[in-house]
Amino acid sequence: MRVTIPSPLRSYTHGESEVSASGATMDELLRGLDRAYPGIRFRMIDEQDRIRQHIRLFVNREPVLSLDCVLHDYDEVQIICALSGG
Amino acid sequence: MRGIADRRRVVLLVGTRKGAFIYYGDAARARWKLDGPHHLGEIVNHLVLDPRDGETMLMAARAGHLGPTIFRSTDFGRTWTEAVQPPAFPKAASGEKGRAVDFTFWLSPGHRNEPGAWYAGASPPALFRSEDGGATWRSIDSFNNHPMYDKWNRPGEGAPDGAQLSWVTIDPRNAAHFYLVSSNGGLFETTDRGISWKPLNKGVEANFMPDPYPEYGQDVHALRMHPAMPDRLYQQNHCGIYRLDRPGDTWVRIGNNMPRDIGDIGFGIVVHPRDPNVAWVFPMDGTTVWPRTSPDGRPAVYRTRNAGSNWTRQDRGLPREHAWFTVKRQAFCADDCDPVGIYFGTTSGELWMSPNEGQSWRLIAAHLPHIYSVEAATLP
Repeated sequence: MRVTIPSPLRSYTHGESEVSASGATMDELLRGLDRAYPGIRFRMIDEQDRIRQHIRLFVNREPVLSLDCVLHDYDEVQIICALSGG
Repeated sequence: MRGIADRRRVVLLVGTRKGAFIYYGDAARARWKLDGPHHLGEIVNHLVLDPRDGETMLMAARAGHLGPTIFRSTDFGRTWTEAVQPPAFPKAASGEKGRAVDFTFWLSPGHRNEPGAWYAGASPPALFRSEDGGATWRSIDSFNNHPMYDKWNRPGEGAPDGAQLSWVTIDPRNAAHFYLVSSNGGLFETTDRGISWKPLNKGVEANFMPDPYPEYGQDVHALRMHPAMPDRLYQQNHCGIYRLDRPGDTWVRIGNNMPRDIGDIGFGIVVHPRDPNVAWVFPMDGTTVWPRTSPDGRPAVYRTRNAGSNWTRQDRGLPREHAWFTVKRQAFCADDCDPVGIYFGTTSGELWMSPNEGQSWRLIAAHLPHIYSVEAATLP
């Protein structure tokens, strides 16, 4: 499926703003992304598997609050950096 | 005049709120060449060179949106890779709320006989160790899960960015003996490589506590062990300047000998690399609502030559008025040249140095981002 990458994470995706990934759940998808782009997951997800404060995950433009969210091949995933301080 | 035999070059590693900057000095420390920014936009709390190989650098970083990490360079900053496993707490058992590292605040190379070993201090306060040059890190659970952890660290309180662990300071005579600082707990010591810990805060004031001289709970801003006399410790505390000569266990407030109108509040302290009686502090205003700026807007360094019995103002070359400097705890350091170079960075992005042990000062760089740390390294 298509995954949109925000600019703060594009150093991991070699500058790509959109990559392909797969997984039956959001957790599987992010672990797959980390295999392809080492280090990217920990900057979004903490060691207790919580989504970090300024990261937002969307599937088909709907917010996702749990990594257990089920995904399908036709889904569109957006990773977005929320507003934060300067 | 610099010693003729001492032509080593000094490199300054500057961590800022918006990335890291490396300044290469010439042999006279008169001109400085900038290399950077490195990782522009990342909040860099600490950038440290490994003195054991002279080329490995670790950077404690976290961008505003992203989680914390460690960047590593083994070619003096030309290229960077990321830690495979940055400092992180173990995964909590199901149903328990586990801790997560908010940011890594501190980096210390391990003992000289332990190549590849590093320590990291984090927020919330926690100690981590790497055995492989910073590629992977493990939690030191003997401290992080100590039965007294919550009382010693009060993790939800304290410094504006969060309580943190810092100043991991290793005895050069014994790798098993080291100290660390918890920003809400004070100084702690281990003599068995971190298996057991004890507070070492006797005599240090904590005027923000019900008992102003508690066993723990002090706010150590900076700790320095003298490299040539490791039994001598200096600390700049939230409540003054102190010295401790081991095996003694009671700190002496040498800041009482500072001028009354200046006081003994500040963040950093620096020691002379060879003379254990010489130290420098950068006083800040700790009156009223604690502006934490240079007293009266007139920045100065104060030096002692007798282990704190007397202090001398050193401000030649610094602004004479209307200069409201704040120098953070990791942004004040010395090189080991002869004469010693002293360096500090301000939160307003100025990098200052003295090439002559504080006798005069000059500006190296201005308009940098908010400076969090300055480390001086000497190249052969």
